[in-house]
Amino acid sequence: MNISPRLRAPAGFAVAAALLFLAAPLVLSDFRLGLLAKYLCWAIVALGIGLAWGRGGMLTLGQGLFFGLGGYAMAMHLKLADAGDGKLPDFMTLYGSGTELPWWWEPFRSPVFALAMVLVVPMAVAAVIGLAVFRRRVRGAYFAILSQALCAAFAIWLVGQQTSTGGTNGLTDIQGFFGYDLGDPKNQRMVYFIIAAVLLALMIGVRQLYVSRYGELLVAVRDSEERVRFLGYDPALVKLGAYVLAAGMAGIAGALFVPAVGIMSPALIGVVPSIEFLIGAAIGGRASLPGVVLGAVAVAWARSSLSEQFPSGWTYVQGLIFIVAVAFLPGGLASLKKYVVRRPASVETPAQPARKPAAEEVPA
Amino acid sequence: MSTLSLRDLSVAFDGTPVLNGVDLDVEPGDLRFLIGPNGAGKTTLVDAVTGLAPATGRARFGAHDLLGKSVHRIARLGIGRTFQTATVFEELTVAQNLDIAAGARRSVGTLLRRRTRLPESVSEALETTGLADVAERKAGELAHGQKQWLEIGMLLVQDVQLMLLDEPVAGMSHDERQATGELLRRIGAERTLVVIEHDMDFVRSFARSVTVLHAGQVLSEGTVEQVQADPQVQEVYLGRTTTASQEA
Repeated sequence: MNISPRLRAPAGFAVAAALLFLAAPLVLSDFRLGLLAKYLCWAIVALGIGLAWGRGGMLTLGQGLFFGLGGYAMAMHLKLADAGDGKLPDFMTLYGSGTELPWWWEPFRSPVFALAMVLVVPMAVAAVIGLAVFRRRVRGAYFAILSQALCAAFAIWLVGQQTSTGGTNGLTDIQGFFGYDLGDPKNQRMVYFIIAAVLLALMIGVRQLYVSRYGELLVAVRDSEERVRFLGYDPALVKLGAYVLAAGMAGIAGALFVPAVGIMSPALIGVVPSIEFLIGAAIGGRASLPGVVLGAVAVAWARSSLSEQFPSGWTYVQGLIFIVAVAFLPGGLASLKKYVVRRPASVETPAQPARKPAAEEVPA
Repeated sequence: MSTLSLRDLSVAFDGTPVLNGVDLDVEPGDLRFLIGPNGAGKTTLVDAVTGLAPATGRARFGAHDLLGKSVHRIARLGIGRTFQTATVFEELTVAQNLDIAAGARRSVGTLLRRRTRLPESVSEALETTGLADVAERKAGELAHGQKQWLEIGMLLVQDVQLMLLDEPVAGMSHDERQATGELLRRIGAERTLVVIEHDMDFVRSFARSVTVLHAGQVLSEGTVEQVQADPQVQEVYLGRTTTASQEA
């Protein structure tokens, strides 16, 4: 590891790009590449969780809400496009009593409107929730429970609206993606490449945030909100920024998930998926950029490959890993790196190295 | 420069009065020490002035009314404080801590960019507080005294006109106390300082004026000599002896 710190990040992105754009399409079958596309969508959600939770300290246990808002915005448009001009999506003619499209579906015929809503709706909802919550200084477990409740409420509402949202089934059997037939493996590859490109672009954007002054300020708010307030900042606004961006990323992820998998349903966005979004970030290392992405992909991969063999056992394994990670490795696997990198760093400051770990491990 | 002026300032927690009609004026350039037994309301007074504790009466800094304003707005008026336990951002470096303190008025565009070099005020504060050598070290790794100095440094880059310091030398060695006192003198020339302190040796060495609080009220005010000579102070605070140093 003789790479200078300045080049480490560009080198990391180059490796990530090579893996995503060259290695994965060459090595993986179409089926596995399709699965990877799905995992990368979850990695995009995890990227936002890393920002809001890892750096901002907001335990975002309800990202399914934003994932779902973005996903449904995209799925509604694709269903309308599948149906064709002036026609209704299939499920509405099956279950719906009326023959009329609900008014709030109508604008989603426009691809531009739908794409805009993928970002606007989750971010606007997050802004409203965030303003109300952070101004009142709701934090920690209360914030997490509130997030979960909103997410559960959204899923329950969707289930109840059988005729306009497809209910429990959700919006299924999506055939086309802006004119491309999703049944064609070539187009599925294209969707994979779009998702990989979006993930990479967002990673670069989030890294820029991490090294910016805002990134430092966010960590400061996470570690000592009161102190930041006495410096003349409004911590509610600082947190709001990260929360809204995380919601936007979850919305994008939900929208990309639809062409990758061909479905959007309440089961994909409820309480359990929302917790699963978080597990990858927790295990990989919530404050580390590669940590959340690799963690999310690894946990998703482990889930599908292990649950193929032990369908009932995986849930327990997943829970166990989560508990072990949180209890013994709060910084996730990414924090292990520190112990490796620490050693050469300690040479520069001979007076200090032994002190900090000792102070942490030995209770006074 | 502005004067801190409190009139009939009262704070009650759940109906129990903690501050009871405090009148206090601190002129610009003063180095005022706030002393008094535990529970006298010293920290509560600072909390009330900085917007942390809801208070009644009047608190003005220059032309601004402070009561009812939110904490971060009061901070932007040029009022800064420290806490009994040093509160710094332990995961960030000393320079980053100071840079954040300097930036409450930064635009979104500036915030989104990387810090390319230290602002001048940060470099100055590093020199003034003697922390230049540890600028790139994480604040969590600093010694106790250095953390307190970092907090004072953060107030300096914040460019506060009124500094409220809550027991800045508690737990410091003798040399550190001396250095802190001299630091306070240096920076106090252009600002107004209010320092809560228990250590009477420290008060005697560095106070320009002293206010004694007792049971939520001002008991006495003046120079160290005047306050020590006040029979009321001797009775309730110094425990009937004239050697103030026994109270610590």
